[in-house]
Amino acid sequence: MKIDKAYHDVGGDDFGPVPIDDGSYQLWERRVDAMMRLLSSPAVGLMRVDELRRGIETLGEATYNAEPYYGKWARSLAKIMIEKGVLSQADLDAKIAELRAERGLTP
Amino acid sequence: MQAIFGPGDRVQVMDLEAEQGLTGHMRAPVYCRGKTGEIERFCGAFGNPETLAYGGDGTPAQPLYRVRFKQADVWPGYAGAANDCIEIEVYQHWLKAG
Repeated sequence: MKIDKAYHDVGGDDFGPVPIDDGSYQLWERRVDAMMRLLSSPAVGLMRVDELRRGIETLGEATYNAEPYYGKWARSLAKIMIEKGVLSQADLDAKIAELRAERGLTP
Repeated sequence: MQAIFGPGDRVQVMDLEAEQGLTGHMRAPVYCRGKTGEIERFCGAFGNPETLAYGGDGTPAQPLYRVRFKQADVWPGYAGAANDCIEIEVYQHWLKAG
C-alpha cells in the first residue's frame, strides 16, 4: 500500500532552481531563532526541536506553503506554547492587537 | 536499544506508515521508504524523535545510522552518474536487513 505523502514531506519534488540570496536575516527572524534557543535551553526546557518540527508539520497545508522558514517556526512556537498552557490564544491575540495598534495597522 | 547493524550491512527502509499505521511526526521521508542501501556509519543512539515530538521522554534511545543509497535506486529514471549516492540518516526502527 502506498500512502500519499504529507504536504511537508517535499523531498524529491520539483521546485526548480534553488534561489540564492545573501544569507542575511531580518531582525524578526533572528528573534524567532533566539526564542527557540531560549525555550529549548536546559534552564527553560519548554521546547524540543522535535516538538518544533511536529508543530510545523501540523500548521495546515495553506499556512505551511505560505509562510517563510522562520514564519513556520514562529507559528509552531506559539502553537506548542499554547498547547503547554504557557500562553493562551487570547494572550497571543491581545498582544498581536496591541502591537498592530501601536504601529497604526488595521486589526 | 542495541545497534543491530554495522557499516557495510545492506538495509531496507520500511514504510511504517503503510505497514504499521504509524501517523504524525515521522523521521523517514517518503522518498527513501522501500529503498535499499548500505550502512555508511553508526551515528550513535538518540532519544526517539517520534515520541519526543509529543512530550514523551524519547526512551528507549534509538540507534541512528547514516545510510548510503545509489541515487539510481532512489529516483526512478535517474540520469546522473551510476555511482552517484545520497546519504540519509535513518533510525533503526525504520530499517530491516535488505
